[in-house]
Amino acid sequence: MERPLTQYIHPGCPPFDFKEYEMTGGYSALQKALKSMTPQEVQKLVQDSGLKGRGGAGFNTGMKWSFVPMGEDAPHPKYLIANADEMEPGTFKDRLLLEGNPHQLIEGMILAAYAIQADVSYIFLRWAYKKAAQLLRKSIQEAYAAGVLGKNILGSGFSLEMHLHTGVGRYMCGEETALLNALEGKRATPRAKPPFPQISGLYGKPTIVNNVETLCCVPHIVNNGAEWFKGLSNSEDSGTKLYGVSGKVNNPGCWELPIGVTMRELIEEHALGMKNGYQLKGVLPGGASTDFLTTEHLDVKMDFASVAAAGSRLGTGTMVVMDDATCPVGFVHNLQHFFAQESCGWCTPCREGLPWVEKMLLSLEQGNGTNEELELLQLHTQLLGPGNTFCALAPGAMEPLQSALKYFKEDFEMHVALHKCPYGE
Amino acid sequence: MQQIHTKEITKPEYLTDLERNEIDHEVALVPHKSAAVIEALKIVQHYRGWISDDSVNAIAAYLQMSAAEVDSVATFYNLIFRKPVGRHVILVCDSISCYVMKYGDIYKALQEKLKIRFGETTGDQCFTLLPNCCLGCCDHAPALMIDNDLYKDVTIDMLDRILTKYT
Ligand SMILES: Cc1cc2nc3c(=O)[nH]c(=O)nc-3n(C[C@H](O)[C@H](O)[C@H](O)COP(=O)(O)O)c2cc1C
Ligand code: SF4
Ligand code: FES
Repeated sequence: MERPLTQYIHPGCPPFDFKEYEMTGGYSALQKALKSMTPQEVQKLVQDSGLKGRGGAGFNTGMKWSFVPMGEDAPHPKYLIANADEMEPGTFKDRLLLEGNPHQLIEGMILAAYAIQADVSYIFLRWAYKKAAQLLRKSIQEAYAAGVLGKNILGSGFSLEMHLHTGVGRYMCGEETALLNALEGKRATPRAKPPFPQISGLYGKPTIVNNVETLCCVPHIVNNGAEWFKGLSNSEDSGTKLYGVSGKVNNPGCWELPIGVTMRELIEEHALGMKNGYQLKGVLPGGASTDFLTTEHLDVKMDFASVAAAGSRLGTGTMVVMDDATCPVGFVHNLQHFFAQESCGWCTPCREGLPWVEKMLLSLEQGNGTNEELELLQLHTQLLGPGNTFCALAPGAMEPLQSALKYFKEDFEMHVALHKCPYGE
Repeated sequence: MQQIHTKEITKPEYLTDLERNEIDHEVALVPHKSAAVIEALKIVQHYRGWISDDSVNAIAAYLQMSAAEVDSVATFYNLIFRKPVGRHVILVCDSISCYVMKYGDIYKALQEKLKIRFGETTGDQCFTLLPNCCLGCCDHAPALMIDNDLYKDVTIDMLDRILTKYT
């Protein structure tokens, strides 16, 4: 089984420096693209490979790039941004790539920048990733020194600057238009679309924002081709995926696997099953803003279409397991507390609705909830749902709530009937 | 928050040379001065521990922004501190995987040891205790950070050993 993204990552060992990375085939994709491919050919190759964004939305990456204005008349500078904000609760996959192989990300970024003819690139890194920051800074310096960044890269005539930007903590910085505002020194509130960032992004110039994992796939696609990338998976989607499992399992962790492995395989074979004395009750398949799946979904393939057909989203691919000793109401309250706190306050349903949802869940957990409030919670899943808010934060927050109300209805009702939490929390 | 005194806005000398040099370096990288405000806040916080009203005013004057604009940015971000903090900031992850793995027990033990709750600073100004969103190591929950150091798979037994490093 091939693990292109993580083959050289050995947790506990320092990542490859420039020389080591180069010796194991690193930067050969960059040489190949700069010598023998036009930017449009790189775009086309990535589009044909079927690579879909690993940041949550799952949009075809090559297609996303193809909306950037190209040619002589295109506005400059154009920007390429790696989204390394990773703040979705339960998500810890980009950290592995950032700490484990920073040059892989840098090469992916240079290739993506070449494909859209960007002039400047940024890594938008969350504040908490101190080790990654240090490693990236060092690796960027090495890349400049080796001539793969800066002016006239490898004599190709293509030039690219790269900067590391560390955030100051706000989940919204991960939303791509809010990220642009944060980079411009503003509050991280989202922007209206259209215009899409591909046309008018950072400082009003064409901009592509891609997730770290997405960008790390690019060198391998350029080296090995679209068909190879498609062949890595065992589903309709292409490539491998970094999957994670956390919660009360025997071996929580993050693994690169063919995209489309089943939830059962992940939990039983890789996470080695539930800890002694605990049963699996529910799973958030792709981070805090994805709908619950339950034991009936264990054989669902973890690819974009299959998870969607099961009523949830692949999201970030890092799942949070809820065991039978954890109260679903308390669990969902924790999620809504996060979303209410991280709401940027730009639009009313989210700014006002999420704190209300959080308060109702808290009062329910404390035994003061009413049936009327259960209905109000249900209503909020629509009021804060898709189409009613300015960005995807609030609809994302409603996904675990609506599915909890569906799958764990009895637990909610018990809190009302007993006037206390049946789990003793 | 205290009232911002407009008379102070004209005193850019509130920034030290060191701070100004670093801010100049950031300003050179962006198309207009105000785009460097987050960096400026980070720099000033690095030297002073937190962002006071005077710091807001000084940054505003230096970047030719209004104090309100600077403050709107400063108050938006979780890790710009608009109140004094202790010498070390303890960030306890309170997000979902750490919730499942009982970060609450860790918080309770910290409360007892330090005699402070979230948002408070110990009397000797050594520690400030704050909740924080997912620290991105959910496979090693519960997790916490003190300054630049990440602690994973934290148990109550580990706390004394961890805390003594900073006292
Ligand atoms: C509230 C919110 C937070 C987000 N946080 C992240 C993040 O931390 N990292 C990320 O890659 N994408 C995040 N996204 C998705 C981005 O907006 C964007 O879709 C993604 O970076 C695009 O990259 P991709 O096409 O490579 O997936 C977030 C979206 C929302 C609505
Ligand atoms: S949905 Fe929430 S986070 Fe998104 S713009 Fe509205 S208030 Fe901000
Ligand atoms: S939930 Fe605590 S580190 Fe992710």
